[in-house]
Amino acid sequence: MSTPEVRANPMLTPNKVGITKKEYGGSASTLCTGCGHDSVTLHIISAFYDLNIPPHKVAKLSGIGCSSKTPAYFLSSAHGFNAVHGRMPSVATGAAMANRSMVNIAISGDGDTASIGMGQFVHIIRRNIPLLYIIENNGVYGLTKGQFSATSDKGAIQKKGDTNTLQGIDLCLLALELGCNYVGRSFSGDAKQMVPMIKGGLSHRGTAVMDVISPCITFNNHEGSTKSYKFVKDNDQAIHEIGFVPSYTPIDVDYDHGTTKVVELPDGAHLTLKKIDRDYDPTDKNAAFDLLHKAQSSGALLTGLFYVNPDTVSYQEVLKIAETPLVELSIEKLRPPKSALDEVMESLK
Amino acid sequence: MTSPQKVNDFSIHVATVNGSGSQSSNNVLMRAIFRMGIPVNGKNLFPSNIQGLPTWFTIRVNKDGWTARKVDTEILVCMNDLTYVDDVKQLKAGSVVIHHDHMNVAALRKDVTSLAVPFSKIIAEACADPRLRKLAVNMVYVGVVAELVGITEEAIELAMAQQFKSKQKVLDLNRAAITAGRNHVKATWPELLDGKFSYQVQAMQKTQGKILIEGNAACALGSVFAGCSFVSWYPITPSTSVIDFFNEYSEKYKIDPETKLKNFAVVQAEDEMAAIGMVLGASWMGARSMTATSGPGISLMAEFTGFGYFAEVPAVIFDIQRIGPSTGLPTRTSQGDVLFAAHLSHGDTKNICLYPGNVEECYTLAAQAFDLAERFQTPVFVLSDLDLGMNFHMSDPFPYLDQPLDRGKVLTEKDQDQLAKFARYGDTDGDAVPYRTLPGLKDPRGVFFTRGSGHNAKAAYTESGAEYVTAMDRLNKKWETAKKYVPAPIVLGSGKNKIGVIAYGSSHDAMLESVHQLKTENGMDIDYLRIRAFPFAASVKDFIASHEKVFVVDQNRDAQMLSLLRIEKDLAAHAMKFESILHYDGYSLDARFVSDAILSSFNQKERKVS
Repeated sequence: MSTPEVRANPMLTPNKVGITKKEYGGSASTLCTGCGHDSVTLHIISAFYDLNIPPHKVAKLSGIGCSSKTPAYFLSSAHGFNAVHGRMPSVATGAAMANRSMVNIAISGDGDTASIGMGQFVHIIRRNIPLLYIIENNGVYGLTKGQFSATSDKGAIQKKGDTNTLQGIDLCLLALELGCNYVGRSFSGDAKQMVPMIKGGLSHRGTAVMDVISPCITFNNHEGSTKSYKFVKDNDQAIHEIGFVPSYTPIDVDYDHGTTKVVELPDGAHLTLKKIDRDYDPTDKNAAFDLLHKAQSSGALLTGLFYVNPDTVSYQEVLKIAETPLVELSIEKLRPPKSALDEVMESLK
Repeated sequence: MTSPQKVNDFSIHVATVNGSGSQSSNNVLMRAIFRMGIPVNGKNLFPSNIQGLPTWFTIRVNKDGWTARKVDTEILVCMNDLTYVDDVKQLKAGSVVIHHDHMNVAALRKDVTSLAVPFSKIIAEACADPRLRKLAVNMVYVGVVAELVGITEEAIELAMAQQFKSKQKVLDLNRAAITAGRNHVKATWPELLDGKFSYQVQAMQKTQGKILIEGNAACALGSVFAGCSFVSWYPITPSTSVIDFFNEYSEKYKIDPETKLKNFAVVQAEDEMAAIGMVLGASWMGARSMTATSGPGISLMAEFTGFGYFAEVPAVIFDIQRIGPSTGLPTRTSQGDVLFAAHLSHGDTKNICLYPGNVEECYTLAAQAFDLAERFQTPVFVLSDLDLGMNFHMSDPFPYLDQPLDRGKVLTEKDQDQLAKFARYGDTDGDAVPYRTLPGLKDPRGVFFTRGSGHNAKAAYTESGAEYVTAMDRLNKKWETAKKYVPAPIVLGSGKNKIGVIAYGSSHDAMLESVHQLKTENGMDIDYLRIRAFPFAASVKDFIASHEKVFVVDQNRDAQMLSLLRIEKDLAAHAMKFESILHYDGYSLDARFVSDAILSSFNQKERKVS
């Protein structure tokens, strides 16, 4: 079968670790045809394939909801954990602490993160647990047939006609406020922007948050919705074009350095951010706040990497945990010797 | 003195204000008696407060080794103006009250001995720094009691060295306060000196080689020596010190000598839901993991516990029980979580529960909990309580656990034959215990998705009723297998008596004494079975079947262990044999309560007959 024609198909072409893109896939999606989440799944597959990450070194984590089903649809040769509603971050935290050699990807939704899971979302960022946290944000509870979520914009109209009267929560602003060092927003239909943003997030040393507007084709794709395909396409304002350059490739000379910001990640990879129409520095946190606050008051839907600070310390480093993953420690290192127990017993006499 | 002299058989009840440093004084007093070779037990009755509220500490001295709580105390030390009236009123006749000289004890009771001590004046003379007097004054009563009951200076010095380590200034200050207390007794009551006081200690050889330890420290040690490497928790009384001790011992013994990095991780969670979530995440990765909590915490852990049961993820949960429902009495002991823990979570959930009956079992069953959790891939509860967990208990030193850890059925790359036919939730061996693999496994045949939703033998999502029934029936069969692995009950007595009594957990000390009381005082022979685990081993049923009457002692209102027993199908025929003994006022169980309940049961029967 190894004819040149077949090798040209990326689905069947092995990457540097000898794995085809097809092998990064998962089981067939059971989501509605046209669901934005399925596009996100494809971008995730592309990113892992491009980054040459062996699937068995990946831990997939999710909560409950349409979005949280998706880890079954990519990297079927990676272990996955579909937790209880809103509690994925705690499971991810325990997993990351127990085995720091894994690459962690977490998929959640706006209900799973911004409502029932808000507490855990806040605290995983606070601890800076290394993982890419993707919120597939459609502003609606799909599985229970279309209730507003906490990220629904004020004034948005429900399929049944009700208007959302409460202010929506901007998860990117919140993540920034909490000290997250990698914060971006994208649109599920924008492969060009999303794939490099995912790659950057997977290479980031701490918690990377991506708020992905992913329209619900069934319950939130109508006139009056602010998270429909049409609304996003009409209102999306990308702040830059993102490029991701892996550590083993020199920086692409095609970029015009006059308009490009290069961010070096801890593993030597680079993010290149080519500005579109505004002078924006994604390493300036105050600028990120300013940009998002202004967008919030003007109603603009901004996408792009708002903030990145590669110089960050993970929780394992803060706690001074052994570099050998805890799950790989030998019995001698796990269980102190008899002399230790004898010493304790002597002190209690 | 109105009562005859008692040697090595009395209780000292100390009423103080919390946050005043009295805990150190009480520990020195208790340890000094222990150092003289006399069995002791210390029980702390404290408020849910940091400073300023009443607290009591009771030291029971008993030559025969009975160390459960005893309701009557012989010596009362009154240091708290707010409680002394009630404290004195509760005494039995003939007791001795050591109190501040401004408390008019003589006006309250004529039938107790009042020993007024000018504590404020004494400490003002003994301690130059006024700021330290509030703390050091508690050491004056240590001196007073020591001189009266005959605690040697050597024993006090040993106890102080242990309490204050080698902090010389602290030692000097406290020593001066104790000496001042002793001197006051010598100068004021020469007639009570040299063994003439009613209650005396005399050196024995009964504590040599023994340790004094809190159950929470023992649970922590069991976890450390079982190789637990991940802990997450949320602070809650009375479980917090399990984690404090885990940290202390791990910081000492689980730091890599070369890198100085930790071979363990402790994460303080944002709440108990996160704590159990982290534990499940770390266990899923393959680390031995635990959390420690109390009643309100297990309420929050309910959803994840059911996840662990259904998706078969190991977890060890220490529940140091306190009084509920709701916030309840957070600093009082209880066995109130027995039913809840056993069936924690919605749907048909059954959780393995262990009930340590003494501090050594807090250690051994803690370690065994990790083996059971990994063998059966399920959450395991260790149900201790405030009495066992936060009070000092005497024990033989703990044995080193050198048998291999039971990590359960985990397949790795080398298990090629097994991986070829891998079915995560299949019953390959006929014992209903499936094989699992850990994240990081390179062989895709062994990879699966862990989920709390319906899953078939291959771990694939399913909404099939038939596949759900298959999964639930296998879990039930696994439960049957577990019965052979959990710690078996222990029977004391010939086993041939007509009357049986069943108890568990921290009731053990009082039960031993009650059985002795009933035998020596009433000539009644009873067999005592102590349950150590749920699911119940077959021998529990045998015990019930072979006795005509079975008392079940619970430290809760609703007879929770009896309720668990009644659920057992094969015990239905014996339902009429049961009689419940319930103790739930938050105090530790005392032997007399149990003995009286058993005796009155028979007396009432006799009355009914006549």
